Amino acid sequence: MAEMDTSSGGHHKKGPGVKKSKKLSTRVDLTPMVDLGFLLITFFVFTTTMSQSTAMNMNEPKDDSTQVLKVKNSGAMTILLGKGDQVYYYYGQLEADKLSDQFKSTNFKEIRNLIVSKKKATNIDDLMYIIKSDKESTFKNAIDILDEMSICAVPPGHYAEVDMTATEELLIRKTEEANGIK
Amino acid sequence: MPKVKIPRKSTSIDMTAMCDVAFLLLSFFILATKQKPPEALSVSPPNSVSAKAAPDKSILITLTKDGRTFLMLGDETKKADIINNINAAKGLNLNAAEIKKLNKALFIGVPFSQLKSFLSMAVEPSADKLPGIPTDSTNNEMSDWLHSVTNVYAGTDQRQLQEMLLVKGDNAAHYPAFKQIKEAFKKNEIYKFRIVTNGEAVPVGSELYLNPPKSN
Repeated sequence: MAEMDTSSGGHHKKGPGVKKSKKLSTRVDLTPMVDLGFLLITFFVFTTTMSQSTAMNMNEPKDDSTQVLKVKNSGAMTILLGKGDQVYYYYGQLEADKLSDQFKSTNFKEIRNLIVSKKKATNIDDLMYIIKSDKESTFKNAIDILDEMSICAVPPGHYAEVDMTATEELLIRKTEEANGIK
Repeated sequence: MPKVKIPRKSTSIDMTAMCDVAFLLLSFFILATKQKPPEALSVSPPNSVSAKAAPDKSILITLTKDGRTFLMLGDETKKADIINNINAAKGLNLNAAEIKKLNKALFIGVPFSQLKSFLSMAVEPSADKLPGIPTDSTNNEMSDWLHSVTNVYAGTDQRQLQEMLLVKGDNAAHYPAFKQIKEAFKKNEIYKFRIVTNGEAVPVGSELYLNPPKSN
C-alpha cells in the first residue's frame, strides 16, 4: 500500500539518448508516523474527561412562618455539619442537663450507618432528619449530606435544612476545642 | 552432515496497516470528544449519586472557593433581554455599545456599581481579579439578576426554566456563601434549582443501590 507503481506501464524500450533513470524505492518507513499517531491517541484519551457533570435537584421550602412543621421528638435526628468535615448529631431535642450524653460527634463515613439505623428504628411517618450547617462547614459538606439522604433513600419531606441555634453552635465550638479540630 | 541453510528474512515490517489503525482511532477520539465549554472559572464541584446530566444551556451561578459568585447566562436567545431588563430596572444607564459588550462577556462578576468601569476596560480582566456579584443579605445583587431572569422568562415554560437554573460551587466554599445564593433564589420565589455535581457510583449495598428509583 505504501508503495506506488513506478513502472511506467509496459516494458517498452526507451529510445536512444534517453537516460535510464535509477529507480528509487518509494517505500517509506512509517514507524515514526505510527509513533506519532499513538502518542496523540494516548494524549486525547488521557485529557478527555469521562465524567460528565450531573445535576442534583434541590428543593427549598417556602418561608412561611404560619406553617411550622411539628416534629415528634422520638423521630427526629439532628445532624450538624462542622469545621473540618466533622459531623455532630443528636436525637430528639437537646436537654440542658443531658447535653454531653446527647451531643455526639462522628464523621461522614459513619453517618450513613447512623442514618440507616435511625430510619429502621423509627416509624416512617415520624422520621425527620434536621440538617444544620455551621458557618465553618463547606459547600461540599452541605451537598454530601443531601447526597447521603438520597443514598439512604430517605423520602423527600423527611429531611430539612434548618438554621443553627446559638446553643448548638456553642456546643460545636466546645467539641472542636476539645477534639483539637482547626 | 550438510549444513541447514536458514533463509534470512528481513526484519522490517509493513507499518502501513498499523498506521491506518492509529490514525483511525485518533480521528475517532477527536471527533467523539465533546468539547467542554471554556471555563474561565475553575471550580471543583462535589460528588453526588445523581445520574441526571446537567444541561448545556443554563443559567449558571458559580461559587468559587473564596466565596465570590459569578453569573453565566448560557441561553443566548434571552441573554440580551435579561441585560436590557436589568439595565432598565436598576437604572444602570448602559449605552448600546456597553450592552453589546456585556452580552459578549462570558460571565458577569462585578457589582452594579462597577459594571460601567468593567465594561470600559480594553482587556477583560481575569476572573481571579473580579470581585464577584455581591450576595450579602443587605445587598443581594444576585437576587436582582435572578429577578430579571424570571421577568424575561415569564410566560415561558417554568419547568424548563427550573431545569436551567444551576448552581455550581467549589468543594471548599463556605456554607454561608451558598446560603446567600439560596436566599437570592427564595427572594424570587424560586424554590427549585439544581446543583452541578460530578457523577458518582451509588455505594454498593446502600438502599439506593438495592432499590434504585424508577426512572421518571
